[in-house]
Amino acid sequence: MNFQLPFTPEQASSMALEVDQLTIYLVAMTAIFTTLIGVMVIAFAVKYRQRVPSDAVGSNFENSAFLEVTWTIIPLLIVLVTFGWGLKVFFRLSRPPANAVQYYVSGKQWMWKIQHPTGQREINELHVPVGQPTELVMTSEDVIHSFFVPAFRVKQDVVPGRTSKLWFTPTKPGRYHLFCTEFCGVEHSKMIGTVVVQEPNEYQAWLAGAPAAKSTAGAGAALFAQHACNTCHLDQEGGRGPLLAGIYGMEIELADGSKVIVDEAYLRESILHPTAKVVRGYEPLMPSFQGQVTEEALVQLVRYVKSLSDTKTASHASRPATSTTRDSQGAAQ
Amino acid sequence: MNAAHSDMAAAAPVPPKSFIEDGHSLKSWLLSLDHKRIGILYLLSVSFFFLLGGLFAMLVRLELLTPAGDLMLPDTYNRVFTGHGVMMVFFFLIPAIPGSLGNFLIPLMIGTRDVAFPRLNLASWYLFMAGGILTLAGLINGGVDTGWTFYPPYSSTYTTTNVMLVGLGVFINGFSSILTGVNFMVTIHRMRCPGMTWFRLPLFVWGHYATALIMVLGTPVVAITLVLLILERAFHFGIFDPARGGDPILFQHLFWFYSHPAVYIMILPSMAVISELIAAFSRKRVFGYHFVAFASIGIALLGFLVWGHHLYVSGQSVYAGTVFSLLTMLVAIPSAVKAFNWAFTLYQGSVVLEMPLFYALGFIGLFAIGGLTGVMLATLGFDVHVHDTYFVVGHFHYVMVGGAMMGYLGGLHYWWPKITGRMYNRFWAYVSSLLVFVGFNLTFFPQLLLGYMGMPRRYHSYPEEFQVLNVLSTAGASVLAVGFILPVIYFMRSLKRGADAGANPWNARGLEWETTSPPPTANFDVIPVVTREPYDYYEHALDEAAKARPSSAVP
Repeated sequence: MNFQLPFTPEQASSMALEVDQLTIYLVAMTAIFTTLIGVMVIAFAVKYRQRVPSDAVGSNFENSAFLEVTWTIIPLLIVLVTFGWGLKVFFRLSRPPANAVQYYVSGKQWMWKIQHPTGQREINELHVPVGQPTELVMTSEDVIHSFFVPAFRVKQDVVPGRTSKLWFTPTKPGRYHLFCTEFCGVEHSKMIGTVVVQEPNEYQAWLAGAPAAKSTAGAGAALFAQHACNTCHLDQEGGRGPLLAGIYGMEIELADGSKVIVDEAYLRESILHPTAKVVRGYEPLMPSFQGQVTEEALVQLVRYVKSLSDTKTASHASRPATSTTRDSQGAAQ
Repeated sequence: MNAAHSDMAAAAPVPPKSFIEDGHSLKSWLLSLDHKRIGILYLLSVSFFFLLGGLFAMLVRLELLTPAGDLMLPDTYNRVFTGHGVMMVFFFLIPAIPGSLGNFLIPLMIGTRDVAFPRLNLASWYLFMAGGILTLAGLINGGVDTGWTFYPPYSSTYTTTNVMLVGLGVFINGFSSILTGVNFMVTIHRMRCPGMTWFRLPLFVWGHYATALIMVLGTPVVAITLVLLILERAFHFGIFDPARGGDPILFQHLFWFYSHPAVYIMILPSMAVISELIAAFSRKRVFGYHFVAFASIGIALLGFLVWGHHLYVSGQSVYAGTVFSLLTMLVAIPSAVKAFNWAFTLYQGSVVLEMPLFYALGFIGLFAIGGLTGVMLATLGFDVHVHDTYFVVGHFHYVMVGGAMMGYLGGLHYWWPKITGRMYNRFWAYVSSLLVFVGFNLTFFPQLLLGYMGMPRRYHSYPEEFQVLNVLSTAGASVLAVGFILPVIYFMRSLKRGADAGANPWNARGLEWETTSPPPTANFDVIPVVTREPYDYYEHALDEAAKARPSSAVP
């Protein structure tokens, strides 16, 4: 069921109705309590007013344990329900469906740069097909920005040095506002764009007509070669750096014995600060690529490393990365 | 309270000089150690900063009259809204009530001659002025365009504006806040007159005690944060800059650890005023006195545990968000307790519908909306959509203008005759309060709607569909401005032409009403002795009735 409330942006995502329902409850709660308090104070002030100015005083009714408990417990129960409902919606907003398609978003003063999984790029516009669970993997090249699409009821800050994520499933074709909601400098209010939700066939047509570029992973592969990463990270065991195929998503052991899951954040950190968390059995030889690769290039490199774990073409690629450390434990100090 | 000295006061033939008559030179004011004169210094200076902040606000509203950013350049606009925020938050809302009314009234209310550390009190005002002037210099000379929240890395690395000077001004002002807090705490602990036990303290004093607690515990954190920001900007320390291995989100944690409790620095003194007003004009003891007193302390302490609700969408973990949401919701409980107790203070009262009471009733209504929109924002799934939109702007103006400002105005209208000895023109005061109430709602209610529609805050230009509500908001701001300027006029006029107010124009109970208006420099001829709980209207009336009857006449 769909309904349009006044002063409400269009409901154009799978979460919009849920958020609006929560809003209706919250507005009702606010209205009821404000009215209750307002009516009480006005009614009491009028009913007990001095009709003739005098020195008369009020009664000595000045406390009641029953009343105090009542107006402690009832609001407590109401806020607990409110908390629970809000949490339920928040968890759903925070967890993308497993089949979500990833797009890459990079914020910079004052534009949104977007790259499709198939490589197409656009600025301040995001084309997506209706009904497709869509996840945005976002980072910033300079200051903090925030990605906000009112019609989808989603928002996430885009922070330099971090990867943040946001997901939605558009439910209605159309053009929707995209706003930056974290103040980012002179042209903050110009850092706006449009999310274009299209029927799948229109989207395909758009993709075909859009300036074709290498896919993100493909661009990452080129960078991998360009920065000569492959001289240490060989495509088989025995390199000076760990084997990267199949490493994504694995738990690896570090030089200090602690363990870490190889995710986007870890890969990113390992490119920028390679010596921060060295895989057990390897020397801290890798130079930092801080300042040498742009945020966009980082995304592409990470995406490439990730893609090495998507395909299980090479048999050795499926070997757990932990075995890498075990093989070469002797080399560790 | 039954003060034993009242008979003696009547016996003294020549009343001592009032604190206003006691010295007329500029020096006698600027170097005064009298808490009342320092209170007046604060009153004048916060009013100045308020009018300045208001001017910035009008510029913001004028720019937003049309969707295109056509009144000023975006650069200018960003400096203007930052100037508005910095002035209002740090130099009006935080010091306004504690600095002026708190300084003036706490020693009077607890029956002592001054605060515990009069010199520190004066030093505190000078630090406040030094901070204010530095900040003002920064705002004029280059300005700041970061918003009052100073988020890095924009503030530390990217902006070319005068962050350092303004940061330094706010930093110095923080010491003023800390010193005032320490002074209030020691005064309330050590200087109470004989018989003034903790539960005989007026709720105004309880509210200020809770406020002082936050000032002392919270302010150092924002001071450290601003120092780190200045070091980062000057020497590229790399604490917040991710390019140097820092974390910009760390700044947000540190900043809000103070700046959320700071909201309670603004609202608790205002609630403290409201308790006094409701009791005085219901002519009845505050309902559930102990609950109202402890609710203040509860709000102050809980306030330290909720800062993370400003970071729901900034990359804080989902679980941290969960905990902060729950804790934030709990603040609603002591707030609700206060509101219901105020309502029941009116119940079976002998309500005098006088000027200051209207501000108190207005406060309760507007604070209800402010508080409940706060609960809405604490709700995780809702906040994601409205975070950093005009909904947030509307919400905190309901709390700060509808709450803190209403309390401040109510308090001024209630204690003005005590402070100056003169009564203001009540007709214009009614007109002003009506304009403030109507103008306020017209300004800020549309902003709540704009926020839900998706209009982000700090936008210099906006899509056309948001214009109608923005025009309403600007119209409301104009009405509000008139409502705020009127009191300046009729308060000034009252100094020359106002009727003599007498010691106790509202026929209220409380030690401050037992001395003359304006009070003498020493406050009391003889230090009072308190024998009863505060707001003893009922018991006092029984005493009076007993006195009026011949002692032999037993009914």
